[in-house]
Amino acid sequence: MDYFLQQLINGLTLGSIYGLIAIGYTMVYGIIGMINFAHGDIFMIGAFISLAVFLALTTVLGFAFLPVVLLIVLIVAMLFTSAWGWTVERLAYRPLRGSFRLAPLITAIGMSIVLQNFVQITQGARVKPLPPQIQGGITLMEGSTQVGDIVVRLSYMQIIIIVTTLVLMTVFTLLITRTPLGRAQRACEQDRKMAALLGVDVDRTISLTFVMGAALAAVAGFMFLLLYGVIDFYIGFLAGIKAFTAAVLGGIGSLPGAMLGGLLIGLIEVFWSGYFSVEYKDVAAFSILAIVLIFLPSGLLGKPEVEKV
Amino acid sequence: MASPEASIPASVQKPMGAQGRAAAPGGARSGAGEGGLAGSLRDAALAAFLAGVLGFFFIGLRADIAPGGLDLRARWGAWIVSILVVFVGRLALNLFVFRTSKPVTKTIGARLTGLSDAVPGLGKWLTRALLVFALVLPFVVTTFFSSRDRQIIDLAILIMTYVMLGWGLNIVVGLAGLLDLGYVAFYAVGAYSFALLATHFEFIGFWTALPLAGLLAAMWGIILGFPVLRLRGDYLAIVTLAFGEIIRVVLLNWYEFTGGPNGISGIPKPTFFGLELSRGDDGMAAFFGFEYDPIQRFIYLYYIILLLALITNLVTIRLRKLPIGRAWEAMREDEIACRSLGINTRNTKLTAFAIGAMFGGFAGSFFATRQGFISPESFTFLESAIILAIVVLGGLGSQIGVVVAAVVMIGGMELLRNLDFLTYIFGPDFDPVRYRMLIFGLAMVFIMVWKPRGLVATREPSAVLKEKKRIGADMVAQGEGH
Repeated sequence: MDYFLQQLINGLTLGSIYGLIAIGYTMVYGIIGMINFAHGDIFMIGAFISLAVFLALTTVLGFAFLPVVLLIVLIVAMLFTSAWGWTVERLAYRPLRGSFRLAPLITAIGMSIVLQNFVQITQGARVKPLPPQIQGGITLMEGSTQVGDIVVRLSYMQIIIIVTTLVLMTVFTLLITRTPLGRAQRACEQDRKMAALLGVDVDRTISLTFVMGAALAAVAGFMFLLLYGVIDFYIGFLAGIKAFTAAVLGGIGSLPGAMLGGLLIGLIEVFWSGYFSVEYKDVAAFSILAIVLIFLPSGLLGKPEVEKV
Repeated sequence: MASPEASIPASVQKPMGAQGRAAAPGGARSGAGEGGLAGSLRDAALAAFLAGVLGFFFIGLRADIAPGGLDLRARWGAWIVSILVVFVGRLALNLFVFRTSKPVTKTIGARLTGLSDAVPGLGKWLTRALLVFALVLPFVVTTFFSSRDRQIIDLAILIMTYVMLGWGLNIVVGLAGLLDLGYVAFYAVGAYSFALLATHFEFIGFWTALPLAGLLAAMWGIILGFPVLRLRGDYLAIVTLAFGEIIRVVLLNWYEFTGGPNGISGIPKPTFFGLELSRGDDGMAAFFGFEYDPIQRFIYLYYIILLLALITNLVTIRLRKLPIGRAWEAMREDEIACRSLGINTRNTKLTAFAIGAMFGGFAGSFFATRQGFISPESFTFLESAIILAIVVLGGLGSQIGVVVAAVVMIGGMELLRNLDFLTYIFGPDFDPVRYRMLIFGLAMVFIMVWKPRGLVATREPSAVLKEKKRIGADMVAQGEGH
């Protein structure tokens, strides 16, 4: 039971990160119907920017008050990563708008390769370790098993991650449901041509969708950096596929679905590693993806796609 | 929303139009020629500013491992250079491509298409010339470039391998319209089946294992094809990607069977009707009474892969004329119509997966015997992406396109190894090979934006009424799943 509770907490933390990335996939897929393959790498870019800002603030400028530092890092990382998201869309996807469906998928894969190698060249291929910054936590339960004592802890780090995710989720849901921008996005999602005819600037709306997705991915990258303390140029690939799985599981195009899917994937991965085998945890995630797509193509909260002939 | 697809005739025009439109907020786009300079400058300045923002934390700063944790180093020089490069590049693009009435690219494009129109049957002759060139290549190389013959033939083998993989994948993606992002799985199955068979059973050599490997790969094609029968388009792509990764992870973790990350070594070389290509008395050179030279082994490998690739091509060409090939193409164009007309789409899809996988398996066996050592490292998603890129960049469904794209992309990447002179410009630390994949990715994006239908823009229809003529690639559906 103790072990289960600890795994549950870890799973929710990891799931929050996946959920944040998944929102980027789900929004882009909803609006232009393509898998933004480079989104995982935008997450990686966000992690690297966070690292650089953090180091600049602490080691170079000498700020010591951690909450302020973290807040500044978060905002700067979101801004700069958004610029990356915007640029990727502008260079690789916008010229192909209205082209056949495979073309943006290929440029997305190309962009993913470009981003990974760009970071590898400019920042080096070796992993970047960052010592844990936020220590301590709340001890929820102490128990002893045959193996030894077990302590269920909810660290401050995990609290920060889960709370931030919840706050951002709320903000973005409000943004989509209550603001003119959100309305324009939903309009483009339903019928791009009609939205354009009614005066919605479709290109701008799509760009903003990418910017929003990238900003959330930056948050996820920052969380990942703080939680694991190790990043390299390749983290985006696996995280991206898992987040995409999360988006599909939750029902692609649905914001709450992405979050739910993220949490489920996080839990599945953590429990699989905890109870079965660590080596095959990725297989578990990939199998879920296949199973969901085959038996439940519209996901848990998604609208079923109606095919018109 | 762009204008309707059908009204745009040449694929070249679309990206240009989109670029120009989006660049408009930067400056006045009146009269493309004369008033454009100020706008071009402003636009280039914006691009440079953006480059500065993007590069700030990557080019300008670098986090490195230092004694007391991580340390941040500044590289302002490189940062400023990168901004200047973007400024000049964007300005040049604005002046010569985006904002003039006579873009350079259009002139080149028009000349190229003009060329193929002017000489009827150019494509056919080009194909024949390429075939002859491929057949005599080893002799040309050993005679004229004997100092670097090994390197060149090695490169030719590599390109040929990708041509074969591209042709194999072309059956699945180009003909049947099933977007497969996990093709490398079948390559891996082929490689591992041969490696395991050869290392466990003494009597199995390359030529006995080859059909077995193809058969096993085809079987896996069917196994992995079954669950995804109902999926289309992007979803199909992502599930096949997942399958590819699952196979790789299993190969990586199943130590007892596959050797895990250590891989399998000591895979035998192919023999020539039982004769080994070695120096000994029972070698092929001694048997036929000519001088042994290590290069012979490479030439032999080259001819094997050439033969395998040509078989792939021939089978594909013949299959297109058979009912099954017709069914593939019909399914690509419209699956629902296809089913309504009584075609069994399940079997059609499965045969496409199986036959595509079989050729992937052949190529995998060849890869194993060429390397003599395989490990899961060689079968990452990147390989799938490269193969798919070759097929799509060449022009889906176009056999010659695959060759062109493989030569451009793989040959181009290898060229970077020979750019030693760049170290004189950028200093001794400069290693162009590091930029290989970056340039590969950029080329993928650039070629796709420039020619979304691939480098070869025409297709041969498989069924014709009255006369046979080439059609534009826009007329062909491409795995869009509708």
